[in-house]
Amino acid sequence: MKKKKTGNALRHNRWGYFFLIPFFVVFVIFQLIPLVTTIYNSFFEHYFKNGLTEVGPNLVGLENYKTLLASGDILIYLKNTMIMWVMGFVPQIIISLLLAAWFSDPSLRLKGKKFFQSVIYLPNLIMASAFSMLFFALFAETGPINSLLMQIGLISAPYKFLSHTMSARALVAFMTCLMWFGNTTILLLAGMLGIDQSLYEAAEVDGASSTQIFFRITLPILRPILLYVVITSLIGGLQLFDVPQILTNGQGGPNRTTMTLIMYLNKHLYSKNYGIGGALSVILFFITGVLSIIVFRINTRSQK
Amino acid sequence: MKKKVISILMAGIIAASLAACGSGGSAAPTAEKTEKTEAAGGEAAEKAGGEGEGAVLNIQCWNDEFARRMRDHMPGYEAFDKDDATKGGKLGDVEVRFAVTPSTDNAYQNNLDALLPANADAAADEKVDMFLVEADYALKYVNTPVALPIADLGITEDELANQYKYTKDIVTDADGNLKGLSWQGCPGVLIYNRDIAKEVLGSDDPEEVQKAVADWDTFKKTADQLKEKGYKITSTTNDSYRVFSNNVSSPWVVDGKINVDDNIKAWVDMSKEMVDKGQTGTADLWSEDWSKGFAKDADVFCYFGPAWLINFSMGAVDDGVNEDDGSRTFAGGWAATVGPQGFYWGGTWICAAAGTDNPTAVAEIMRQMTTNEEVLTDIVKMDNDFVNNKPAMEAAATDDSFAFKPLGGQNPLGMFCEGAEKIDLSNISEYDQGCNESFQLAMKEYFEGNASYDDALQAFFKAVVEKYPELSY
Repeated sequence: MKKKKTGNALRHNRWGYFFLIPFFVVFVIFQLIPLVTTIYNSFFEHYFKNGLTEVGPNLVGLENYKTLLASGDILIYLKNTMIMWVMGFVPQIIISLLLAAWFSDPSLRLKGKKFFQSVIYLPNLIMASAFSMLFFALFAETGPINSLLMQIGLISAPYKFLSHTMSARALVAFMTCLMWFGNTTILLLAGMLGIDQSLYEAAEVDGASSTQIFFRITLPILRPILLYVVITSLIGGLQLFDVPQILTNGQGGPNRTTMTLIMYLNKHLYSKNYGIGGALSVILFFITGVLSIIVFRINTRSQK
Repeated sequence: MKKKVISILMAGIIAASLAACGSGGSAAPTAEKTEKTEAAGGEAAEKAGGEGEGAVLNIQCWNDEFARRMRDHMPGYEAFDKDDATKGGKLGDVEVRFAVTPSTDNAYQNNLDALLPANADAAADEKVDMFLVEADYALKYVNTPVALPIADLGITEDELANQYKYTKDIVTDADGNLKGLSWQGCPGVLIYNRDIAKEVLGSDDPEEVQKAVADWDTFKKTADQLKEKGYKITSTTNDSYRVFSNNVSSPWVVDGKINVDDNIKAWVDMSKEMVDKGQTGTADLWSEDWSKGFAKDADVFCYFGPAWLINFSMGAVDDGVNEDDGSRTFAGGWAATVGPQGFYWGGTWICAAAGTDNPTAVAEIMRQMTTNEEVLTDIVKMDNDFVNNKPAMEAAATDDSFAFKPLGGQNPLGMFCEGAEKIDLSNISEYDQGCNESFQLAMKEYFEGNASYDDALQAFFKAVVEKYPELSY
């Protein structure tokens, strides 16, 4: 569309601004103001003694950041978060790429494509908390998974899934993977369907195998979408909260090895500790920013 | 044109959803089904609402226990729904509403912390008039102005003469003001499985069994004996926790520093030993793995608990109304004995919220539910609860008609009476709830072999400081 520089068009454009108002109102109220107050709060000592008696706010400068960084706990929880994200994301992206490639390949003549595209999205429709409750019950010491494993003779005593670091993390990763692979598949599928069919035909005429087509044509062209998927998933992964929170009863057990950064933040809400909570949020904000920039850089650089 | 219509529609939807957020939450919960229930019940009901007082009495609680007690025993109270007591009811012309917030993850206290300080400014029908508290955190509310002194409601010391002293000590603030009342007493006993006792100890007679659990050393020996036959002595390590934590010689917090008493350490040592030998589990209290031991054919020898554990947690009681839920409680297969040490566990106190607009009705409920001997005796008979009234309990202790069905016809009230007199609360602190919870969770890692004792202890300190930034270790 070409822009006409007439007064009529200008007046017409005004409507564009009007329609943007709802977004900006929501953005300012729910994003900008909380962001600014969070940063502001992080410089104060402000909490409630035993939840009831207010202490502060007293200006303490960077004291909250010092306390947080000195204890070194943040690094541990960041590591936990990243491990669980990687454990969930790697299988997720592989499955999604595979499914999207299959769904988008007309030569496979898949039946019931629409049906399966809807079905793989279904886990995402269940609330994460309900999903976690379900897994909590399934994998409890006396739960059905344990009795199943015992009945087929794989184990002799119930295995405490949530008392071992690896199994607890694997459960969290498995759940996030299960919940999000449908979403990723749909995104990648949309990207793949946008690729010009003539490219594939040309490749086939030149005698390229389907693996070659996938790695030489599909993946490079898909890169912008892939980048988007990685970054959104990374940000989502850093904010991992609901699944481990409910699965481990808010404890991040065993030994806080499934404690994520947001769960740690939530711990400080027990005493309504706005100061430390604010500082932690700001740190998290920077970590997210830095990691996103790194991912973005890697992807754009290798494209050249 | 079509696009324009759609975009206007979208904008409309966004605006509507915003507006909906703003107006949410003001809808009245208990519906308008206030069909005029006849102002039944004599005197009590008529004087329930004082002159110019609120039409709605809001009660904050974490389960349906008090609502059920009100439904079953409060004179002049008409419950709206006989099956679900928390739906509220009518007391004279005052509507009683219950707001239930589960105590898991501190949700109940967070809710109170948000409501109570602003209570005076709340709308008349939304004001909290009464709230319930547990022993572990009672001091937190008692030591702040959010709870009204009982004396302000016109209830005098003389009216409370029959109550156990410890139930008053817990809710007395630093200046000596009594700020809450309870209808129950919670001295605990050891509740054991009769069948297992017969098989392993040769007798299910409480006096004989007591010899096998008289102190912690014999308790451990009995655990070995039980293990040989494939039984666990307790369901989880946390079962015996209260017995140790009530017999400490110093509180959790001394001069702002977190302090772990020797007796708590003794619990850790005993529990670790038992877990390693497979004599007990590590599940959390209230979990399914924990309550599995209530079943008829379970392998758990005993639980530590007060009267409410039997009637409220251990399964349905065979009262001719309840259905058989397969629990040992229904079959009457338990018995009680004193156990290694005396202790108490829990108990619910009723507090009046500062800013209430129904002081007369609140006082009336408090009087009826905690001092009316007839009401209290009724609670013992119907619910097998241990109530907060010395003469009533002492009379009931010697009366065979008060035998507990879940205990196979044993009358344990004498044991409870003795226990209630001995409860010592000199070492409670307002941080007990958070400390007890965090300590049990941290030690679970040690018991399961995921951490050394020192690591677990550090984790405990960390968790407590997160909850209470004002403390140090």
